[in-house]
Amino acid sequence: MNRLRVLFRTTAVRLSALYLLLFALCAAFLVFYVTGMSQRLLEQQTKDAVATEVAQIEQIYSRAGVNGLLRTLERRARQPGANLYVIAGPTGEILAGNVASLQPGLLDKEGWTGESFRYQRYTDESRKEEHVALAHVLVLDNGLRILVGRDLQEPEKFKMLVRQALVVALGIMGIGALIIWFAIGRNALKRMDRMSDASTRIMAGDLSQRLPMSGSGDEFDRLSESLNAMLGRIEKLNEGLRQVSDNIAHDLKTPLTRLRNKAEAALAHKATNSGYRASLEEIIGESDQLIRTFNALLMISRVEAGAAAAEMSDVNLSQSVADCVELYEPVADEQALNLEADVPDDIHISGNRELIGQALGNLIDNAIKYADSAANPMIKVSLVRRDGAIVLSVADHGPGVPTNKRDDVVERFVRLDESRSKPGTGLGLSLVEAVMEMHQGSLELSDTVPDVENNRGLTASMVFPLRSA
Amino acid sequence: MVTRMKILIIEDDLEAAAYLAKAFREAGIVSDHASDGESGLFMASENSYDVLVIDRMLPRRDGLSVISELRRKGVHTPVLILSALGQVDDRVTGLRAGGDDYLPKPYAFNELLARVEVLGRRKGAPEQDMVYRVGDLELDRLSHTVRRQGRELLLQPREFRLLEYLMKNAGQVVTRTMLLENVWDYHFDPQTNVIDVHVSRLRAKIEKDFDQPLLRTVRGAGYMIKEDGRTDA
Repeated sequence: MNRLRVLFRTTAVRLSALYLLLFALCAAFLVFYVTGMSQRLLEQQTKDAVATEVAQIEQIYSRAGVNGLLRTLERRARQPGANLYVIAGPTGEILAGNVASLQPGLLDKEGWTGESFRYQRYTDESRKEEHVALAHVLVLDNGLRILVGRDLQEPEKFKMLVRQALVVALGIMGIGALIIWFAIGRNALKRMDRMSDASTRIMAGDLSQRLPMSGSGDEFDRLSESLNAMLGRIEKLNEGLRQVSDNIAHDLKTPLTRLRNKAEAALAHKATNSGYRASLEEIIGESDQLIRTFNALLMISRVEAGAAAAEMSDVNLSQSVADCVELYEPVADEQALNLEADVPDDIHISGNRELIGQALGNLIDNAIKYADSAANPMIKVSLVRRDGAIVLSVADHGPGVPTNKRDDVVERFVRLDESRSKPGTGLGLSLVEAVMEMHQGSLELSDTVPDVENNRGLTASMVFPLRSA
Repeated sequence: MVTRMKILIIEDDLEAAAYLAKAFREAGIVSDHASDGESGLFMASENSYDVLVIDRMLPRRDGLSVISELRRKGVHTPVLILSALGQVDDRVTGLRAGGDDYLPKPYAFNELLARVEVLGRRKGAPEQDMVYRVGDLELDRLSHTVRRQGRELLLQPREFRLLEYLMKNAGQVVTRTMLLENVWDYHFDPQTNVIDVHVSRLRAKIEKDFDQPLLRTVRGAGYMIKEDGRTDA
């Protein structure tokens, strides 16, 4: 019972109930209209036929008198399917004709009987039948009353039949609709139930669950498909979040532990003033590194959340690259590295100058950090147009990144150098990737010199799609 | 005669405010404190301060709205915004609201002090000076030339701007981030000691062949250009 109520509450059932009601009303109106019209038409025909006969009777009466009239009427009355004929005396008693009884008072008035009336007729089998007819009463000058009428049984029957058919058809329609509702509604309900079961499981925390698909490609499937895509995205984000929090736990707790250890050590040893000073300076150094990591993390998440997307403007990329190279050039120089730039003039993109500068800075910084063992101490920064994109790349000749590790290194806190001997937060490439995503571009990593065994080098390319405008 | 700088700190963290007041006092700066936006706004408009240090998130009235309201009232005291929010977009909104400088939390006090002193502009060269002089070093902003003891020194354009900024704030500490912001117009963390390398190159050019050092490193803070030597910090 409850299930039926739920079923009735489905949209499909409500809509089809409404349609059914509308359709039934229209059909009923149409049927009543058509039958009413045809009945009126038939009545008119009947009236015409009766009027013609009355005129004939008047003629016969004036030509052949009462006897002739009687004879004619007798003869006509006996023909099969004959009209109604009644000859009555002035007081209304039936003298002759083919009618057994009439509604009383019918013969009192001359002219059309008006409404159809009821009568009983003599048949060959002398069986009395109730009939409905339309008639005209004629009063002769001798007081005799002649009634000429025509049976209305046929049109009446027709009307009844059509109306009966209507009722039957509507009944069948109603039952059919009920069955279809039930089938469709139950099916829809079942699928809905399956979907809500799946969502309950998902809400319970199992993000790997997906909504069921029937494979028919209908609206439910399309809904499931887009919801599943959404779930996929949520799962990926959630996974990223979990990984980040794991990494944060590791990469922030380690320096925090070091920080604490240093403070403890400083307290434990009976240190001199300058010893305390040195410890405190180390502690500040550690906390600065922590702050740096926090800032980088915060920046990545702000960039990923699109918070900086509003601050896009026209950026002279050539100028920015030149500035950045100029900024890092002395540092490279100090480490006997050659930082070269190949930058054509006047390449502009729409972007965030700060973030692009930071991203490029990270790439150059990485190149400098990992180029110390390089065979060829050269870092090349180049800016080129390449099939519909502007590519800003930093190529070094350091150890490079193995192909299978390239996806990993852009993850937060992932550093190939397990010992973490190089300074850094492990967030550099993550930020570059986030910045590139914000610019609808991408970060591509490749070998600088692909065909050698060692020190293939790393070329990190920031690919900016060209403005369509 | 240089009067003592007077600043207003609008900060709801009482402990942090007390620490700041003490540290500023040690640096020779007098400070008042307001612990919420409304009273900060009142104090800043009723009294005259050299610099306002305003926390971005304050009870009763947030920092940015305090700044916009002050600017609307025609109070043009330089404002330094302190914020625990991110750097990328927050700086822009802060400066747009009428702030003059922006420092993300957590910060080193030396960084804050250096910035407040530069904002207060009690030292250094007046903005309209076309020639900056520190001792025997002379920088001509119009002809873009640098001379020491009358001898012209050849500097790269960026080295010139670096020296220009240092000399404009002569006698004041400028931090590495301030240099990166003002000379390179970047606000990010360069990760390595890029600025130090640039400064040491500049130092080599202006001090080589001369006895008197001018550009000194202030430990734990930054750099300062000053007439007499690299003696103390």
